Formats: sequence, C-alpha cells, structure tokens
Amino acid sequence: MPMANDLVQPEKFFLNRFGMNQGALEQILGSALERKADYADLFFEYRSAEGLGLEESMVNHTSKAISHGVGVRVCADDRTGYAYSDEVTVDRMGIAAQAARAIADHRTGAHPAVQVGEQMRGHDLYELETSPLDVPLEERARLLREIDALARGYDPRVRNVMASFSAERRIVMIVNSEGRIAADVQPLCRLSVTVIAEDGKGRQVGTFGGGGRLEWKYFLAGERWKEYTIKAARQAIVNLDAVDAPAGEMIVVLGNGWPGILLHEAIGHGLEGDFNRKGVSAFAGRIGQPVASPLCTVVDDGTIASRRGSLNVDDEGTPTTRTVLIENGILRGYLQDRTNARLMKMAPTGNGRRESFAHAPMPRMTNTFMLPGESPPEDIIKSVKHGLYAVSFGGGQVDITNGKFVFSASEAYLIEDGEVTRPVKGATLIGNGPDVMTRVAMVGNDLELDPGVGTCGKDGQSVPVGVGLPTIRIDGITVGGTRA
Amino acid sequence: MAQVDAALAEWALDEARRSGATAAEVLCVSAESLAAGVRLGEVEKLKSSRERRLGIRVFVGQSSATASTAELERDGLKDFIAHSVTLARLTAADPWAGLPDPVLHPAHVPDLDLADRAQGIVDADTALKIARTAEQAALKADPRIKNSEGAEFDSGRYQIMFANSQGFAAEYAGTSFNLGVAPIAQDDQGAMQQGYWFTANRHFSKLEDPAEVGAIAAQRALRRLGSRKIKTMRAPIVFDPDMAASLLRALAGAASGPSLYKGASFLVGKLGEPIASPNVTICDDGTIVAGMGSKPFDGDGLATNRKHLVDAGVLKTYLLDTYSARKLKLEPTGNAARSVGDSPTVSPTNLYLKPGSHSAEAIIGSVKRGLYVTELIGFGVNGVTGDYSRGAGGMWIEDGELAFPVQEITIAGNLREMFKSIEMIGSDLRWRSPVVSPTIKIAEMMIAGE
Repeated sequence: MPMANDLVQPEKFFLNRFGMNQGALEQILGSALERKADYADLFFEYRSAEGLGLEESMVNHTSKAISHGVGVRVCADDRTGYAYSDEVTVDRMGIAAQAARAIADHRTGAHPAVQVGEQMRGHDLYELETSPLDVPLEERARLLREIDALARGYDPRVRNVMASFSAERRIVMIVNSEGRIAADVQPLCRLSVTVIAEDGKGRQVGTFGGGGRLEWKYFLAGERWKEYTIKAARQAIVNLDAVDAPAGEMIVVLGNGWPGILLHEAIGHGLEGDFNRKGVSAFAGRIGQPVASPLCTVVDDGTIASRRGSLNVDDEGTPTTRTVLIENGILRGYLQDRTNARLMKMAPTGNGRRESFAHAPMPRMTNTFMLPGESPPEDIIKSVKHGLYAVSFGGGQVDITNGKFVFSASEAYLIEDGEVTRPVKGATLIGNGPDVMTRVAMVGNDLELDPGVGTCGKDGQSVPVGVGLPTIRIDGITVGGTRA
Repeated sequence: MAQVDAALAEWALDEARRSGATAAEVLCVSAESLAAGVRLGEVEKLKSSRERRLGIRVFVGQSSATASTAELERDGLKDFIAHSVTLARLTAADPWAGLPDPVLHPAHVPDLDLADRAQGIVDADTALKIARTAEQAALKADPRIKNSEGAEFDSGRYQIMFANSQGFAAEYAGTSFNLGVAPIAQDDQGAMQQGYWFTANRHFSKLEDPAEVGAIAAQRALRRLGSRKIKTMRAPIVFDPDMAASLLRALAGAASGPSLYKGASFLVGKLGEPIASPNVTICDDGTIVAGMGSKPFDGDGLATNRKHLVDAGVLKTYLLDTYSARKLKLEPTGNAARSVGDSPTVSPTNLYLKPGSHSAEAIIGSVKRGLYVTELIGFGVNGVTGDYSRGAGGMWIEDGELAFPVQEITIAGNLREMFKSIEMIGSDLRWRSPVVSPTIKIAEMMIAGE
C-alpha cells in the first residue's frame, strides 16, 4: 500500500518502491535515444482498484486489483516505438528501451545526455481528503443494500436490481528526454444502478449512475444515491409502456447532460490530431470553415474540478487545457498529444492519454460539451409540432473517415403539437458529423454536464471521459425505429 | 523476480488456507506480444509487451472475493492474499457460491494444438515486411486508394495456469497471429471511405496471403465510394458473414446464465422452445483443434465440449458457468470465461451457425429489392427486450444484383423475430474469429433513411 507521504510526492513513490534513482532514469532515456530519435519518455503507473457489486439483494461480489508497470516510448519523425513491462526494474526497462528504439533506424552518437530535474506542474483538480478506497467496505455495502430496497419499493413491477460501486487510485509518473518529470495521483469512482422491470407484457431495463474524481460523501450529499436509484427505476418502468419508435428523418430534441455524447461522436473524435495529421478524418483541413450553426460553441475542457474526464496532467505530463473546438459554428481547433502537435506544428493541448502503461498515448477527449444558448428548454419542446425528445443514451460510435456517427437512445418520447407525449422504445440515431451540427436550430440555457459514467474506446484503449449539453433542437436527423 | 509456475500456484493456495480461506482458486496468466505497424509504406509503430498477473478467488464458507495483482514477490503476495480473505469475510454469504463439483473436473486435459510449435513471436523485421506487403497490395489496387490508416501485424503468446484447492491443476499455452489492413479510397469530390480486412490464426503458416488481404481491403473501400442514403422502407436484409456473426454474439449474450438469472434476457423461459427459423442450427464447440475460441478447460476448470445452442430452430441449452448453473438449477456447460481479476463469467467458445447450401451470390440473387449489409456501427442491441437498431452501411440490391453503395441509414427490428425470419443460409463459413457465421438473409427489417 502506498504511504500517505508518497501520495503527496508521487514521483518519490516510484523511486522508492522500485528502487530507482535519477541516474538510472537518465541512463534508460539515454539508451532509448541511442539511435536517431526526437523524443523518448518513460511512463510509470501503479493502480489499485476495488469493486463491489449487489445482485438479488446480496452484496456478493467483491474484487481488488493491483497493477503496475512501465512503458518506454521512442519517437522519431512520425514513427513510434513502444515497449512495456510489468516488471519495473532497471534491467527490464533497459530491454524495453532497446525494443522501443528499434523504430529509429540510424545510429547516432551525438544525442546530448538527458538530465532529469525540471518538474512539470499540473492543476490541482481533485479535492479529496479521503479516498473512497478508505471507506469501510461495510459502509459501501450498506449503501448498495439501501439502493436495492429503494428501487424495489419504487414500483411492484421492479423485478431485479443490480448495483455496483468501484473506486481506484492511479499513480502515474512521466519522465521525458527533455529532462522533465511529472507525477499525479488520480482518484476515480463510480456508482451504478441497473433495474429490471417486468409486467405481464414484457420486461425492460433502466440504468443510471454517476461518479468522478470524488469522495464517498459525494454520493450521500443531497441523497444523490437516491436520485440515481429513482432515475434507473423510473426509466425501466417508463419503458414498459414504450411504443415502437418512429423510423426516418425528423426533428429531434436532445435533453441536457448525457445526450452530449452527440458531440463526442459527431465532432470530438473527428477533431483528434492523429486523424487530421494523417488526413483520414472527415474534418481534415477544415479549420476556419463553418461546420455548425452559429448557435454552437463546443469546447473540450480537462480542467474542471472533480470531473471524470479531468486530469491535472495528461499521460505525457502536459497540463490539461480548455480547447475551443467550434466557436459560433466555425471549426477552430484540434485535440493534440505531443507527437501529433509536433508533426502538425501546433501546441499540445493536454489531450495525450492512454489506458495504462500497456499503451502508447494518443489524442483523446476529456470533457466535451456545448456552451449554453438562450432558449428556455420548455420553449424548445413547444416549438416542435412532430418529433422525438431523447433524454438518455447508451453508447455511440463514429466512422471517422466518412463522418457517419450513431448514438443509441435508451429513453425517448414523442413530441406531438409541442407536448411530450408517449415513451418510445430505444432507437439508434444516425447522422453525418460535419453536417449534423449545421442543423442545430435552438440551443437551451440549461447546460448540464453528464453525471460521470462515460468511457471512451479508441484503438482498443478505454479512458474515462465526460460530456455535456444544453437542451438542443436538431432539424433533421435519422431515427432508427421500426414504425414507418 | 518470482517465477510463475505450479509451485507459486500451490504456495498461493496454501497461503489462502493459512489466512482462513475454506477454498481457493488461482489463475496465472503470462503473455508476450509484438505488434508492428506500417503506414504509406513507412514504419509507423513497434510495440512489444510482457505481462504476468496472478488472480485468486477465495471462499470463506459461502462468501467469496476475487483479486489480482502484478506483484508476484511472495512477501507482498502474502499480504495481498490475506487482504483478499478479509474482503471475502465482508462479503455476503451466497448460497450458490463455491468451487464446482470436483467430479466434474476433467481427469485428462486435451492438447488442442492452440500454440504454434514452429513459430513464436514474429520478429520485428518479418512482421514489418508482412504488414508492408499487405498495405502495398492495397495501395496499388486502384488509383483511388489515396491514403491509408496503415497495416499492422501482431503476434502473441500466452500461458495460462489454473489450480484450485480441491486438487485440479492444469496449464496450457496459446499463440495468435493477426494481420489487418485499412486503406482509404477517395472519390473526385474528396469524399473518403475506409476498407478493412484481416486474417487471423493460431498458426502462423495458416494465415492468408498478405497481398490478398490487402487487395480485399482495397476492394471493400472502393465499393463504398459514392455511398448514398436511401428512403425509409421495409426490405429484406442480407448480412455478410462478419455482420451475421454479430447477431450470433448478441444471441449468445442473451443465452448466457448471468443474463438469465437476472431476468435481463429476452430468452428467459425459452429453453426447449423454437426461437429461430427451422433451418437454423447454432453450435458451440470449445474442442475444435486449433480453434480461435478453443480451450482445454473453462474458467471454472471444467471440460469444454461440443453442443447445439440452437438445433433446427429450438433453443437446446443455455451457456452456463458453475454459479449461474446452480442458480438456474441446471448443469454447467463448460462456458465459464475468466479474466485474471474477475470472478467467472460466461462466454461462448467457438460459436458458429451451421452453413447452408447457398452461395452468397445466390442469396443476393434471390432479393428483388433489399440491402446487403457489410458495416454495422453502434450499440443499439437491447439483450433484455431483443430490440435491435444499429447504424448500417452496405450495398443496395436491385433485381438480385449489387446496385450502389448505401450509408447513413439504420436497420431495426427485434432479435426474436429476426432469428425466426432467417430465410436463407450461405455455405461461406470462414474461421477467422471465435464467433463466425455464413451469409444470411432475413425476410424483412425496417430501414430508416431519408
């Protein structure tokens, strides 16, 4: 277990734990740069995680995982060599450095010796006095049982309840060939509730949850856990009466908060630096061009305190930033890690992220959201004669190259003559990234960030992210229901 | 550094017992891999890895906990195991928890030829050469192939060691080799489409020709150029083999024990009932020699087997591990799946739809107006209700011929009806993944477009 003192100075944690010293780090970076390379870094990670789960009114799952390792990266032009090992020893890192430097094909003797010393300072975004990992397991288990009881009491049609709480602490240290060193202790937790409801006609599922880089008491404050539970139960019950969703292009109103997954899929991925450097994104070469209605300003902001998608420094040691992606409809910026920023002659934006030491970093989103507009959400609903009001979503996906993206509604209603009427079954919405935002006709004044459950997958790597959205009206997107 | 061997597993089981566990189970995985990528002919990435993890599941009576760690030194491991036992004590007693019935452990663990004896990790130069050959073939295929997301060749080797406190101990090794290529085609208007194709096998010598993999990837990108949206309508849908396999995965998820005992499956109560068209037979076979999804024993240490999940349209079995079998008052089916840090879950082994007699061309030829689906995106499959709605792309079929490419549409229905309306099954089954299918035709689904 890491000692409290280590967590104040995480860089000392790795040096002490694995018997490293500055000289060893310099020597390994020197070895990594032995051939003609531009840059090398070492990424140390130590992660401990605990989870507990409730099924059928019993907290019958507990788990604990400890993982650690080191990744050595060597960059030469647009080539990346990466090697990792879960044995954090000088010998093993030396072997990894040799494997990684194979990417650089010419031997040179002239690289200046690396001197490790300068600290890269990040933000201070995680306001934790205690980790949820330190809350007695029995207290965490008790909350899951209370969730179970609350959900079962919500409606006699509730058949089953699954609840889980997971928490982790990820300690990272990055040392690079510029001699800079950065370290961070990243807490993360999540409470999830799933409810199955059943009536004579069928069964339905509802889910809700939340979390972030937070303390345990966050879930107790204002009885947030009750809100999660009721929302999950209500969604399952509402869906029991859902009618078939419509099929075809129509006006869609997206509720605030989690429906911001639209931005993540339609815009965010397409603006990641790697796809644009390679010219394989539907947004490539379009900076300065209109790609959205003038009502739309979209940012990616990794600096919001306590959020799931926020980080003090990214996984290359760069402090996170707020990047304007779209400003009043005009495409303004890309999300960059160091490599792609260097190759595109742009500044890194603190978006170089990786799932773990077993992965090389790449440009990833943090918290992606649209700034609020002026319309009250009621006016947006009232303005629609016939359409769909979608308030909750499952996952989404995008084909970067042709720009087509989907996201799947898990709770949606018909709008008829300006009123929200019947619930409809889940349906996938499909659109074209560079085009869908030009159809945004109204933007609400009710921006909300999601409750903190998002995980983004790219090239086999998962990282926690956030999204956010005010209520918006999109004039024409294809809804994939079954009713003509 | 500590060795990962039978002695370590035995020691860990003893240590669990000393800490107060009444039963325990250890799973160790060690893995090595090398991935090499090229893009536009140049080396883009090399990635080499080495990992070892120990997972332990401990029981104190009917209470259990799972834990995993990369810290294999015995001093640290001792504390870790003791902590796991403490976690178990704090967990609710679950009447269905526990190791499997010991008589079900196999006396003999078969050799399924899962590891290539002639070829270990492929060296970087060879891997780069294979990737380059594949990408070159794609780039040369047509002047409209103007860009590329590159080609990657991966090889990996893993060793799995399993032991429990009721005397079952066994290990096995496996290898995998995989080549994927992703060229990008561009039309006169600048619109781009990606094509992807791959070959994968446990044996290096059985991979398909890299140049052919590249050429197929190029053709897949090219045929998407000029894709357009179509009108909203109901129409017959032909799923290509990979897209059809995604339907089998959804069915297997709904047929898995944990989904069933939670009531979170549209197959609850359907055992022995017709759930698919009578021409549909789906097998799960964990014993296929050199199969991608084969294993000599499952995540509970029970023998894998060959069985019909669906026989002539009737659901014959669920897919069960020991725990879900006990809850459902059934026998385990050898489908316990395991990752080092988790308690057992359920997955199919090698799952396939038994091929029919039609060629893919004949199936397409049977459709007057309909859709040939070659791409699906998104997660719009609800295993609880069977509701299905996904983003799709492919080719429009007009009078039995592929007419033009289609994109930005969805196809929707419900898995219950979709499986019952499988009208034709192709003869084109190819083993590249653990879950595979030939081409299939579904009578009608809703297409949402303009």
